[in-house]
Amino acid sequence: MTATNLWREHRVLFGRWLARLRREPLAMLALLAQPMVWLVLFGHLFTKMTVPGGDYLRFMTAGAVVMTTFNACLTGGVELLFDRESGFLVRMLAAPASRVSLVTSRFAYLTALTGAQGLIVLVAAWIMGVRYASGIGGIAVCLAIGALFGAGITALSVALAFSLRSHSQFFPITGFASLPLTFASTALVPLALMPGWMRAIARLNPMTYAVDALREMIMTGWQAEPLAGTVGALLAFDVCCVAAATLAIRRGIR
Amino acid sequence: MTSSADAAVEVIGLRKDFGATRALDEATFDVTRGEIFGLLGPNGAGKTTTMRILLTLLKPTAGTARVAGHDVTSAPVPVREQVGWVPQERAVDPLLTVMENMTFMGGMYHLAPAAARRRAAQLLEVAGLAGHSAEVARELSGGTRRKLELAMSLVNVPAVLFLDEPTVGLDIGARRDLWAYVRQISREGTTIVLTTHYLDEADSLCDRVAIIDRGRIQATGTPGELKTSYQASTLDDAFLAVTGQELAA
Repeated sequence: MTATNLWREHRVLFGRWLARLRREPLAMLALLAQPMVWLVLFGHLFTKMTVPGGDYLRFMTAGAVVMTTFNACLTGGVELLFDRESGFLVRMLAAPASRVSLVTSRFAYLTALTGAQGLIVLVAAWIMGVRYASGIGGIAVCLAIGALFGAGITALSVALAFSLRSHSQFFPITGFASLPLTFASTALVPLALMPGWMRAIARLNPMTYAVDALREMIMTGWQAEPLAGTVGALLAFDVCCVAAATLAIRRGIR
Repeated sequence: MTSSADAAVEVIGLRKDFGATRALDEATFDVTRGEIFGLLGPNGAGKTTTMRILLTLLKPTAGTARVAGHDVTSAPVPVREQVGWVPQERAVDPLLTVMENMTFMGGMYHLAPAAARRRAAQLLEVAGLAGHSAEVARELSGGTRRKLELAMSLVNVPAVLFLDEPTVGLDIGARRDLWAYVRQISREGTTIVLTTHYLDEADSLCDRVAIIDRGRIQATGTPGELKTSYQASTLDDAFLAVTGQELAA
């Protein structure tokens, strides 16, 4: 497989995901508006909560970016499940394109999509008065951390898409996982305010690592050591998720 | 048996087991370059399994198969580069336009963007779909969508084209229209392997057919040879004589 061929495959696959989104204007509107809903709704709902730094909106901006990434990536694999159900996936598999490209193009698309959503959150929060301690460079790092976290979640979603028979099973499972994982993290509430058992779960939740790293960048500024630790933890999480996805894909397309 | 040099498809002793179920049992046949070859059989006879092995989507349990000179097990990618396929299931993206579907498939066969667009425009013209190129595929009628699927299967100029029940669900007019297009593709030199439930169509369209039942090739020959061998006036009657059952359309 040459680099040119890989590029051509990714180009048309990525273009296909984008074209599908363009043809569903309501879905596109929901995807772009959802980050604002997180920010406005939760930013005002918990405004009286005592949080480090004092300003809840500033505190939860990191949570809004990561929650947005989490939700888009968690359901991001379903398009591949739709392709399996309709038979279009097997048609693609009969072409000489690499099997890996079918999945990596989805990763690339979701990274671009959630990057755009994250940027919307950060710009909207800035308009609402939130200032970023790490500056413009910090915003880029925030989006990169979001992408690193999103890659693992996308891999899990893809694994699910290749393990289940239909999307009627997919959505209840992702719906069931979404809220507990969000609330058992520091996205909306600091660890100190959680009951002990929930704190223990939140400490194992990769979302907590991503949120805390973003929060540091937004509220404190550049902190090389904790940032490196977070990147390491998220990379380890990604490796495990990609391994699970690889197994599921091999079984799913057998 | 055709000599290897003339064979577009060679299948020797092909077997496929799914657990304890034998879907294909020592199937042997060949398809000569440029011919239209029909694989006929009742549901569950092993037609789609055979096709999927030849398309490298399934690995055989035993036996060998070569398509366009390449072994399907040891050289799957060269096989995929040389074949086109219209499956029974949907083979277009309903949310893409006709042209987007075409250029998408071009990219999956590694055509450069400009070459993919040129090839797409040419194929849509030949298929009579040029006027539909900006339409979203979900808006197309069944017959037009099937023609688009056929056009998409030709983007790589395949040596062998596989058509799995291409006319299922189409009205008579759309079926005739599609078969005319298939004949045109055949005249241009593409070898065609197809399955169909419509034996009258197989009779008039196919140069040779194989009747497959319970995973075994039961008879092979031209429709005329089969009718003579089984003293049948139609291919339906020959099919009935070979398999003991009618092919439900």
